Amino acid sequence: MNWIVITPLFLFLVIIFLIGIWSNRKLGKADSFVNDYFLGSREFGGLMLAMTMVATYGSASSFLGGPGAAYTKGFGWVLLAMTQVATGYFVLLVLGKKFAIVARRFHAVTLIDFLKERYKSSVIVIISAISIIVFLFSAMAAQWVGGAYLIQSLTNLSYIPALFIFTVSVLVYVVVGGFRAVVITDAVQGIVMVGGTIMLLIAVIIAGGGLSNLFADLVAINPNLITPFGEDGNLTSAYVSSYWILVGVGVIGLPQIAVRAMAYKDSKAMHRAILIGTIVVGIIMLGMHLIGVFARPVLPGIDVADQVIPLVALEVLPPWLAGVLLAAPMAAIMSTVDSLLILVSSSVVKDVYLNYIKPKASEKEIKRVSVAVTAIIGIVAFILAISPPDLLIFLNLFAFGGLEAAFIWPIVFGLYWKYANKHGAIASMLVGIISYIAIYQYNSMYGDLLGVHAVTIPVALSFVVFIVVSLLFKTDAYEFPSTTNPK
Amino acid sequence: MNKGKRQDPRFKIAHREAIIGCILAIINFAWWYGFAYGLGSKPPEQYTYILGFPAWIFFSLILGTLLMIVLVWIVVKYVLTDIPLDDEENGVDDK
Repeated sequence: MNWIVITPLFLFLVIIFLIGIWSNRKLGKADSFVNDYFLGSREFGGLMLAMTMVATYGSASSFLGGPGAAYTKGFGWVLLAMTQVATGYFVLLVLGKKFAIVARRFHAVTLIDFLKERYKSSVIVIISAISIIVFLFSAMAAQWVGGAYLIQSLTNLSYIPALFIFTVSVLVYVVVGGFRAVVITDAVQGIVMVGGTIMLLIAVIIAGGGLSNLFADLVAINPNLITPFGEDGNLTSAYVSSYWILVGVGVIGLPQIAVRAMAYKDSKAMHRAILIGTIVVGIIMLGMHLIGVFARPVLPGIDVADQVIPLVALEVLPPWLAGVLLAAPMAAIMSTVDSLLILVSSSVVKDVYLNYIKPKASEKEIKRVSVAVTAIIGIVAFILAISPPDLLIFLNLFAFGGLEAAFIWPIVFGLYWKYANKHGAIASMLVGIISYIAIYQYNSMYGDLLGVHAVTIPVALSFVVFIVVSLLFKTDAYEFPSTTNPK
Repeated sequence: MNKGKRQDPRFKIAHREAIIGCILAIINFAWWYGFAYGLGSKPPEQYTYILGFPAWIFFSLILGTLLMIVLVWIVVKYVLTDIPLDDEENGVDDK
């Protein structure tokens, strides 16, 4: 074991725990447990909002899988990764103030609360709750695996103890602190990610003998590495562009992102978050993926994509600094996992338990159930992650695409189109999910249909279906209630 | 057309800002795509380099990101409007 590397990482975990405990104190004082545990009482300012969005979104794939892919595929993958810069401003501008105002009027704590009030349909609630629980759970399990791998590569522990450490550390502070702890630790983790990215990028460029040396070496390995088309010329412009939907504008349909768009304090916080978010996503995505490509000449012959960043950090930095730095991917994984964990719990508790099982549960019961559900979900993820599926990044993207295809149009049309109704929304969700799973399977057997990522066609299909079905079963124009609902 | 009730004036502001978000994304895409495939499609031996980077990488990835940061800054500073989000202090008093 390498104590010089592990100590900073350990300190980082301790700080995270302290934040959880501190949040728990505030949680005790809040008026409504549900509102605070799952939404932090809607009081986050600009920096917090930006960081929690970036940290939730930037997961194991941005720090391990993505740079690993850039290592093998070259600058084509950096180009692809940069489609994510749009998430920094797009989600908050488009969901924007209308979503925040309406969510407050509805007293919505989850995305499903919003859909339920807007469409008045329990079918929608059920489809949404199932797809959130299934898809986000698989995304979470993938992150669990990533977290365990990372601890494994740092400590030389075997896989299961590493997984155990990871599970315990995440569960403790989520259960203890709720959404507030998640957001505050996200902010700390976001800052660690930005600092870590910049340091590692500089160190890699120096280790590679400067930019001109690095590019000369890359051309010597394979000239395709510095083209936009990938090492074997297989990344077509259509395929790369379709990532604009998957990881760029489509992110609007991700419940874990959308729920953050109703958690901010005021419009000033949102303005600041848009700017900070864009800068931070830009730095992290560009930086991490450049590091991935530049690592190729510096440290050739790495086979496991996920190990590129940890190995390169240990190679080019003094050990203690590598420890500080590797807290960044650790932070990214933890912050994604904690957000997903709290969201899946909120779906089970708010959308299933409080809607259908026990609507009149007391504050105390809700509290007990919330904590128990969070813990059980975490433990199940631990068990599933014991024999992990191989392709971390693709499992993760599978969940992303499914959720986007399901939710993007019910959210967007629900907000902005008054003739959007439940028939359109249900049809669009079903078509989105089913066609996504079908096309995903087709693509993995026969190659990409129309040469684009599996998410593209389902998002287009569910768009058309939403409009057609809404107009077919036309209802009166919908007006949002002009005042806040009574509680 | 036949608006029964008057719409919350804040929604108008929100709608405008949502459209700005879409316009930013379109500019972002056009710049990203145009420079990447416009300058990057020739064989790598013919690439020109700017500040150590091949031109397509410099323009599309590095300058493109900076451009978006600047545009977002301009939008946030000069275009977005401050409005209350709660109904209690319903205070857009421009009429």
